[in-house]
Amino acid sequence: MSVSVLAPGLSSSVQDLGRCGHAALGVGRAGALDGDALRLANALVGNLPGAAGIEITLTGPRLRFDAPVAFALCGADFEARLDGAIVASWRSHDAPAGSLLELGHARNGCRAWLALGGGIALPRILDSCATDLNAALGPLPRVLRTGDVLPLGALHDPPRAHRRRWSLDPRPWFAGADVAPLRVLPGRDHARLDAASRSAFHTLPFRATATSNRVGVRLDGTPLRLEQAFECVSEPLVPGVVQLPPSGQPIILLGEHPVSGGYPLIGQVAAVDLPRLAQVRPGTALRFAPIDAATAAALLHARRRARDQLEAQIRARLEQV
Amino acid sequence: MSMPDWEPLGESALLLRWGQRIDAALNAHVHAAAAAISNAALPAIEDIVPAYASLLLRFDARHWSRDGACDAHTALRTCIEPLLPTAAPDVQSARTLRIPVAYGGDSGPDLDALARTCGMDAQTFVSRHTAPLYRVAMLGFAPGFPYLLGLDAALYAPRRASPRVRVPAGSVAIGGAQTGIYPSELPGGWQLIGRTPLRLFDPTRTPPCLLRAGDRVRFVAVPAEAPAHTDRGAA
Repeated sequence: MSVSVLAPGLSSSVQDLGRCGHAALGVGRAGALDGDALRLANALVGNLPGAAGIEITLTGPRLRFDAPVAFALCGADFEARLDGAIVASWRSHDAPAGSLLELGHARNGCRAWLALGGGIALPRILDSCATDLNAALGPLPRVLRTGDVLPLGALHDPPRAHRRRWSLDPRPWFAGADVAPLRVLPGRDHARLDAASRSAFHTLPFRATATSNRVGVRLDGTPLRLEQAFECVSEPLVPGVVQLPPSGQPIILLGEHPVSGGYPLIGQVAAVDLPRLAQVRPGTALRFAPIDAATAAALLHARRRARDQLEAQIRARLEQV
Repeated sequence: MSMPDWEPLGESALLLRWGQRIDAALNAHVHAAAAAISNAALPAIEDIVPAYASLLLRFDARHWSRDGACDAHTALRTCIEPLLPTAAPDVQSARTLRIPVAYGGDSGPDLDALARTCGMDAQTFVSRHTAPLYRVAMLGFAPGFPYLLGLDAALYAPRRASPRVRVPAGSVAIGGAQTGIYPSELPGGWQLIGRTPLRLFDPTRTPPCLLRAGDRVRFVAVPAEAPAHTDRGAA
């Protein structure tokens, strides 16, 4: 079983939940920028949570299935057609052998995750099928290209079509044209901002630039300034940190960030808001609002509990005869 | 051994910081602590990330907060603190690797200009770059990229004003007070002084990286295009 790439889309890549445990080698995590969306898509087609799928960005690929395959698309709202017929996101569909899946433009948001029954079965590189585009690392160490053929694994218990006439409510998992501020914890160097910049960081809008990618969302706005320039020694990084390069234009790091870096860190986007960052299109205006650590942790736990419950409910429904 | 500062980095990571300097002694603390924590095989630790003078632990926040019942960072710190080595770390056991480097010419296009800036001829520059026994402080920037401690202060050089779009794999370079080796073809702003034929990173090899943090490294000048005698430089 395999899927052939007839057209690759703008920037489509094979992603799973990322590459853990190799940061000491300088190898970052990469993986789906919204792991929850990939997990839910995988659940809908009966895959394990970490099965590899395709992350699509702004414009999706055209794909041909050589065998019957279940698929599900979760994340941004993309135009999608199976052999010409519109198919909805957040539910699973059965693609017959030889059928054509056309993913068009994102009508709202930026990225979505396509799960395929059985998962993309490429050999793991350092324990993962994730593509690190920046480091050119992964079993397919680049974006998809026309002519690629991706092998699919065998489903150990293929769910049947009649069990799948229902869909998920995307609302808790995808917040489209969301204008709520990103909730941000103070970063290591937040207190080193000058008074005007400390205030500007939490009040003024910033715009995501077209140079944003899987490494980070690059922002453009009133430049933020430090009281006094200082030398930073490279320290380890995590997704969501808000770096301040000398230009004064912040960068919010995403899942493909380098393992360490030396820019001042002025903030840390709460983990509960990281999936929203994966949906930021170039030109989108963003604002930051302060949050405290205890609230951020509570929100994260609540989101993960809800995700686990939903995955369990999907599994239970797939097992019903 | 001095105790680190502890700093949460988001909900799921805890930073241990011994200082904010590039310093071999601080770096030795980092690697001794990383080894001790790694050996303890604690549950729900997803990554141990050593840097120059700090160490990051990425963890599953739900495990360490007992599903929100307590503060994960405090729980993890309580568990880690007794594991940290109390004695000065032993730095004598590190292996030494020799890295053959073709200096200058096409292999090191910035060598001549850099030597002039430093007020010496290229040969002197090379002899001062091959003299020290360097230590791998950390791997970062890109998979397998070694940041080396021990560069002669006379060879410090600013990064290029405009980074190169493409630096060839194996390029030996200087950026500020640091020297390192590009493991694969990458964009980069460091000054290129030479190139090694050794393969620093190969994800299909075990282990994938030629060098690891703590290793000693000595550069050996070889003529350009000299074949690599071994894949792994022997001590």
